[in-house]
Order: sequence, then structure tokens, then C-alpha cells
Amino acid sequence: MSAPQGEIVLKIDNINTYYGHIHALKGISLDVRQGEIVTLIGTNGAGKSTTLRTISGVVRPRTGKVTFKGKDITGMKSHEIQAMGMSHVPEGRRIFPQLTVMENLDMGAWNVKESKEIEKRKQRVFELFPRMKERIFQKGGTLSGGEQQMLAIGRALMVDPDILLLDEPSMGLAPVLVEVIFDIILQLNKQGTTILLVEQNALMALEVASRGYVLQTGEITLSDSAQNLANNDSVRKAYLGEE
Amino acid sequence: MNAPGVITEPQPVKISALMQFRQSWFYRFILFPLGQILLFILGATVVLTIAVYLIAYILPPPNSRVFVPDAIGRQLASWIINGVSIGFLYAMIALGYTMVYGVLKFINFAHAEIFMVGGIVGYEVTMRLNEAGILADMNPALMVTFMVLTAMLISGTLAVIVERVAYRPLRRAPRLVPLITAIGLSFILQDVVRATMQITRAQFDLVYPTKNIAVYTTPIRFTIGENPVSVRPTFVLIIIAAIIMLVALNYFVNGTKWGRAIRAVSQDQTMSGLLGVNVNQLIALTFFIGGALGGAAGALFGLNTGSVNAYMGVTPGLKAFIAAVLGGIGNLTGALLGGLTIGLIESYLNGFLFFYDSIGLGFRWTDVFVFLVLILMLLFRPSGILGEKVDEKV
Ligand SMILES: Nc1ncnc2c1ncn2[C@@H]1O[C@H](COP(=O)(O)OP(=O)(O)OP(=O)(O)O)[C@@H](O)[C@H]1O
Ligand SMILES: [Mg+2]
Repeated sequence: MSAPQGEIVLKIDNINTYYGHIHALKGISLDVRQGEIVTLIGTNGAGKSTTLRTISGVVRPRTGKVTFKGKDITGMKSHEIQAMGMSHVPEGRRIFPQLTVMENLDMGAWNVKESKEIEKRKQRVFELFPRMKERIFQKGGTLSGGEQQMLAIGRALMVDPDILLLDEPSMGLAPVLVEVIFDIILQLNKQGTTILLVEQNALMALEVASRGYVLQTGEITLSDSAQNLANNDSVRKAYLGEE
Repeated sequence: MNAPGVITEPQPVKISALMQFRQSWFYRFILFPLGQILLFILGATVVLTIAVYLIAYILPPPNSRVFVPDAIGRQLASWIINGVSIGFLYAMIALGYTMVYGVLKFINFAHAEIFMVGGIVGYEVTMRLNEAGILADMNPALMVTFMVLTAMLISGTLAVIVERVAYRPLRRAPRLVPLITAIGLSFILQDVVRATMQITRAQFDLVYPTKNIAVYTTPIRFTIGENPVSVRPTFVLIIIAAIIMLVALNYFVNGTKWGRAIRAVSQDQTMSGLLGVNVNQLIALTFFIGGALGGAAGALFGLNTGSVNAYMGVTPGLKAFIAAVLGGIGNLTGALLGGLTIGLIESYLNGFLFFYDSIGLGFRWTDVFVFLVLILMLLFRPSGILGEKVDEKV
């Protein structure tokens, strides 16, 4: 793996985020360059989701700075950040349970004006997940867990952002579909989407990513190319399930 | 966590003709809502009619001159029309409570005053037209449309302002805090309006210029079989206006991008924000729509009653709130059905109790019995007619 290239699109600088008294992120810095897939790995409760939430404006850091496309976005509302071309697919699907599959997809295209474009993106989602097409009038809340995850990914595809923050996109999916999801991630990346990926499945994540950060109780303990991380003993022990 | 195990095997996509029809524009936005309203009214009137006949036969006759079951038969048509129109008014107010509850999980008790302001605005519009000398000759449909639209605009705007200055700063406060603020706001709005009207009109009860609105209030009389029926034109107006607004609201909420976003925001604000929806803007829009419906109801209510005052919102507001709870708070259809239920029960009781006036059970007892029935209904279905869960409610 060569040194990272490309322009830095996303940069976070010495972020400290709290939930009440809980100090969830303790001075984290990382950057993502144009066209990269960067992964963030770490044990449960390490602060991976909090990092993504801080970037996308769901929570505010107490100190530190988030820069996106050269603009300081610290403290901006999440819909404003979204409009700048960032899409965050949070952990746990977050399907709108009372909206139909179709309406959930339409919500993904909230900022897309041309109906032709919306239609095109929908067709792409249906190609990837034929199951969704059969269920367009079904309420999101009545889908099975795996179907909801497909819908969540489908809805993210409707956004078609410049940078995609994915929080455990393979959670709860059958192995075949995990492959599909990772294929989609690679495909999106080839088409120019920069991706910041949080995954429990560290092995797969390091396979698709070019670089990675290891997060431990709110601090970044390691950062290296994906290849080096995958070969790192402590990483193998802690995250790749090698005893 | 749900178990994995969803494997996509390509299957032919088949959508039945019935399903296709049920997704059609005509079905979703015309046939279904109207059919639902009609069926519900039909069902409710059948149940209530059977109930009053039964009670009439069971109760001892109030006096020897009236045979109550016969008297009921003569008045039934009027009761139904009356009940449906007042029910629609309650429904329009109830929708405001339920929509706001949907997005914020909070009861906007000041909504009764938004309704009242609609009533006052409707009165002011009528008076200004009267003072300009054009009220008597004005096309009634035009005049009502103008009056209702003005009331909607002002009440809707007021609701948005109330949200902005009084509720939004308290979004993260404990639940009881905005609730208390809402109650306080009610008092403030009542007194501000009362003071303003005392100063400008020097009256507490603001009476409509009866002579020039006779066309709206003089009953239309006709007969069904041998029974004379009299219908106030305002009832007809209320029913028409309500149906137009309910159909429009249903279309807006279920058929447009903005309505879809309101529903999304009411289900998951964070996720809506992440998809680019400006949540605060959508909440303001919800307040505007709820307020506008309340304002329209207020204007029609005032025209129907023939007088308005700063406290006119209290009782209808309370009943509409109960209608929203009865229907399952947060559920739009529920609010509509809850409103119709209360309106019909009230109208039947009004007429029925009148027969027993001589034994001390006149229609001043109506509200007592209305609330009694409601308490009973909620005892059996605490989450309301269409409600799902009872937890996390006020
Ligand atoms: N809303 C919250 N309120 C209080 N504490 C929270 C909240 N959300 C997260 N935390 C705490 O912050 C820390 C980091 O949580 P976070 O969700 O970011 O972990 P994570 O790395 O995504 O874990 P997982 O792999 O289990 O998803 C944890 O200790 C967690 O308990
Ligand atoms: Mg997480």
C-alpha cells in the first residue's frame, strides 16, 4: 500500500465528545481523502458510532473541529451537512416503520429534484435487491431484519452522496448478502464515492479499505494501511478472532 | 437482533389488480377517505339510534303527552345532521392536537386558543364586511370561503409563532415543562384577545350581525316522509368545508413529498435529519397545518353559534382533545373518527335528554353524559379506537 493520495475531504481534529458525563471521544483526529475507503474498527463501546455521529452533526463535540470539503462544519445541523454531500447511514437500520418500502426509498431522495433521476436510482436499488421490489407497498416495520438492512442500504443509495459514512452495514445479514453489501461498497467507491466504514466484521472491512484506524475506549490507538493492520498481531488478536 | 436468513431468490413480481387499484390515486385520495367517513357515520348512527330507542323503551315515559320512541323518529334526521357537523368541527380541532403530538409527542394545550382566534378572526372579517356595507349582498359561498381562509392563515401563523417562541426553546426540557408552558399560553392568549376585543369592540360576547347573516342561520325546512326536518345552512357549510379540508389533508399527508416528510419526522427525527430534512421546518409546517384547521373550525363554529368570545375555545378544545385521545393520539384517522363520535353522541344526547326535561334531565346534562360515555369507552380501550400503545403518553 502506498502512502495516501488525493485531497483530504474530511478531517476531524482533536475531537472531544461527551454524553452527559461520559467522555466518549477523547481527542480523536483522523482524515479521509478523496476516493478512499477508510475503516474504523474497535470493540463494542469504543466510540465508533459516536465518531460518525459527531461528523454528521447528530451530536456536537465539546471541543475540536470537523472540516468537510475545506469548510468548518462543527456544530452545523445534520440536514445542512447532508446537503453538502455527506450521507450517514447510522447503526441499526433506522427504517421508518410506518412508511412503505417505496416511501422509505423516496425519503432517501429528499434532496434530489429531478423525478427521472429518482426513478433511475430506484431501479438500481431494485436490481441489487429484487426482494425490495416485491415489497414496495409493504410497511418498513413489517420487513424482516435482513430486509430492513437491505432497505437501509437501498435508501442510502438513493442519496448518492460524495462521502458515505456507513455504520455496520452488514449487521444481521446472511453471509451471501454480506458479500453483496461489500460488493456494493466497492462499486460505489469505484464510481467516486468516498467511504468511511465502521464494521464489526473487521476482516471484510480491512479487505475493502485502503486505510484503517483502530479505536479503543475513545482513543485512536493505531492507524495504518489496511494491509498492515490486517497483518498486525494485536489487531488480529483483538478483532479478527485469532486466539 | 433479528436472525439473518434472508436470501434473495429471484421471484416473478406480481401485483394483483386489486392491489393496483388500492394504490391508485382515485382510491387513495377520494374513494377511501370518503368511504371511510361515510361508513363510520353510518355505523355510528345505527348504533346510537338503536341505543336511544332501547333506552326510550326502558325508561319510564317522562309524561303522558309524548311517546318518546315516536318523537325520536321525527327528529332523527336533524340529530344526525347536527351531530355530523359538530363532529366534523371537533375532528378538525382534534387533528391539530394529534398532528402536533405525532411530531413532538407533546399535547399543545394552547391549540384550543388557536381555534378561538380563528373564531374571533372570522367574526372580525364578517364585521368589517358588514361595516363596509357589502355583507348582506355578498355571495354566501364567497363570503364563507374568504372568512375561513383568513382565519386559517392567521391561526396557522399564530400556531407557528407559538411553536417558535414558546415550544422550540424547550424541545430538550423534561416533558412537563412545555405542557405547563402550553397551559400558560392558553391563559395569555385568552386574556390578550379579551382585552383587545374589549378595547376595540367594547364587548365581551361578540355577536354576529344577525340580520345580515340570516342567509346562513335561517333553517332550511323540508320533510322526510311526514317528518318535518329543519337544517341550519351553517351545518351544510361546515360539512362541505370539513370534507374538502379532510380530503385535502389526507392528500397532503399521504400523497405529497412534504406530507411524507412530516410522517418521517414523526417516526424518527434523527434519521430524517440525516436524510437532509430540515426537521424544525417540518415541525413548523405541522403547526401551521394544525393551526389552520383549528382556525377554520373556529370561524365556522362562531358563524354557527352566532357569537364568539375569548373563552369560546375551552369546551370545544377539551372535547376535541378527548376526541384525539379517543381516536388514538397521533393517529389522523383516529382524530377524525373520534371527533365524529363525540359530535354524534352529543347531538343524540341533546335531543334525547330534551324529552326528559320535565323530570330534571334536560340537555344541560348533555356534557355530563358525553364525558361519562367517553370515560367508559376509554376504560375499555385505553389506547383509543385506533391507538396502538398506551405508554409514553402524557
Ligand atoms: N446516547 C448515549 N448516552 C450515553 N452514553 C452513550 C450514548 N451513546 C453512546 N454512549 C456511550 O458512548 C460510548 C461509545 O459508544 P458508541 O456507540 O460510539 O460505541 P461503538 O464503538 O459504536 O460500539 P458498538 O460496536 O457496540 O456499536 C459507549 O461507552 C456508550 O455507552
Ligand atoms: Mg456502534
